[in-house]
Amino acid sequence: MSTEPLLELSSLTVDFATEDGGSRTLLAGLDLTLAPGEALGLVGESGSGKSMTVRAITRLLPPAATARGAIRFEGRDVASMDAAALRAYRDGGVGLIFQDPRAHINPTKRIGAFLTEALRHNRGLGRGEALARAEAVLAEVGIDDPARRLRQYPQEVSGGMLQRVMIASVLLAEPRLILADEPTTALDVTIQREVVAILDRLRRERGMGMVFITHDLDLALAVCGQVAVMYAGRIVELRSAESLHERAAHPYTRGLLGSRPAIDARAPRLTAIPGRPVSAFEAGPGCAFAPRCAFATRACESEPPQLVPFEGGLVRCARVEEIHAERTDKRTSKEATA
Amino acid sequence: MRTTLRKAARTLGRSGTASAVLLLVVVAAALAAPLLAPHDPNQGNLLDAYGGPSGAHLLGSDGIGRDILSRLVFGARTSLLGPALVVGISLLVGVPLALAASWYGGWVDAVVARVFDLVYALPGLLLAVLTVALFGPGLTPAVAALSVAYVPFLARIVRAAARQQRVSPYVDALAVQGFGMLRITGRHILRNIAPVVVGQAAIAFGYALLDLASLSYLGLAVQAPTPDWGVMVSDSDALLKGYWLPVAAPGVLIVLTVLALTVLGARISGDKPPGYLKRRRRSAAPPDRTAVGAAA
Repeated sequence: MSTEPLLELSSLTVDFATEDGGSRTLLAGLDLTLAPGEALGLVGESGSGKSMTVRAITRLLPPAATARGAIRFEGRDVASMDAAALRAYRDGGVGLIFQDPRAHINPTKRIGAFLTEALRHNRGLGRGEALARAEAVLAEVGIDDPARRLRQYPQEVSGGMLQRVMIASVLLAEPRLILADEPTTALDVTIQREVVAILDRLRRERGMGMVFITHDLDLALAVCGQVAVMYAGRIVELRSAESLHERAAHPYTRGLLGSRPAIDARAPRLTAIPGRPVSAFEAGPGCAFAPRCAFATRACESEPPQLVPFEGGLVRCARVEEIHAERTDKRTSKEATA
Repeated sequence: MRTTLRKAARTLGRSGTASAVLLLVVVAAALAAPLLAPHDPNQGNLLDAYGGPSGAHLLGSDGIGRDILSRLVFGARTSLLGPALVVGISLLVGVPLALAASWYGGWVDAVVARVFDLVYALPGLLLAVLTVALFGPGLTPAVAALSVAYVPFLARIVRAAARQQRVSPYVDALAVQGFGMLRITGRHILRNIAPVVVGQAAIAFGYALLDLASLSYLGLAVQAPTPDWGVMVSDSDALLKGYWLPVAAPGVLIVLTVLALTVLGARISGDKPPGYLKRRRRSAAPPDRTAVGAAA
């Protein structure tokens, strides 16, 4: 790796001050590296710290939250940026696609004004040119009659279309890094696939890096080169999307993969991971997943596991070697009986 | 144009529309005073002293024979100018403070909010009387004192509304697009809370008009020969002699104008007219005839 990483998080920790004066850890030491033009999926259940990661990267943490550790964008430390540098970083450096476009677009302004404000105010473009660009990008994200849409208000268009408008606004700014925080969760399944496909294509064409946050493992596998699975504010497994299906090693990742319904068979009951997801501050001293893990031993509950290389990826599981051995044993014995 | 007017009338309701029309008439009269006034407001003919309404003097004339209608029309100018200045200055001072407080939050907000509370505790009239005692009577010291006193009246509402906007997701989205505090508060937050600001400003205008009229009535603001509604109401000579029209006419105008401003302000801020819910409910569910019959 000779090129400088686009984004580098090293032991990023986010603590949340509670009303009673205590503090709760939401992110517990996140290490991530993203090369320019690459896409990384961040997958996990609610409360696993995905959105806090995005908020920390853009310095949009709520006042009660404090971030420790380092966030470097193109080698520059994000936390130490002054107001002007922060604005420049947010203007052309990162673009954030929010989960709920309806809440994140000022409802009293027309779509045209929303799309052109950054171009006109931050880039000094004229009104005509900015509108022409906005129209072109709206067409690119698959919106019919873009000229008419520019004159409409956000509440006059559907949620799917508004999410495309939001994607268009990010593409217009041409950032080096797109942060997509569950961009399709609020959409119908059919539109979901279309929107993700558009986002994926345009990102590749423009060579933008992306952090794609989702709780949908398949969606992440479809658009990302690397996938990081998060649990309780930590990465539990990091590996390439191609190898995740076959080589998922962490019991949690395998649980996630196993809980998806098969497309070609009727399932009377979906497999679920027992228990409920916990946040980082609720986790015990050992492995956060141990209470729900079928492979957990007593040691798992007291000794925090480290992120270690395993079969081409990184896995945070103390028993990964043993579990894997068991699995291969079972497989070979099955093959023997067959 | 037509549809815009109709839309405005529908949002304002009947009482709001009536108020708007009345205020437009008053403002138009003030602007076109020299064209509308049948006589010179300051030139009296003693032969007409306390003359009742007639063809030449529609509302009669006062103790030194000045035409009351003309004095009312010209008086609209000073009577509206004072409150306009008060509200304008208060907005200029209060809105940026309120927006900054709501944006930064924390100790900035705490300090600004407590200062507002402190000033809010001072009665505007008392402050004006004190100022006049220091600088002598006149419109300028009265307006200056009231301007200070009205800052919290406007800014507290603006701060509350802006705080609500501040935590809206769209504000975060704007920040992450690289916009700064000035643009987000000025072009987005202020714009979105504009109805609240304008409505409250209209109500403040009415109160300021009343305060200035009271001060002029006491001889502390606008001075005697200048036509002004407050000055005209203080014509006790007429009352003592049993002529009520020279006092009642400006008094009624003050009451109507303040009332119209208050109603209009409330409608603009989004308050529904009284009885709105009742009317809505009735139109939503047609009355059950049998039930009404049974009750009767």
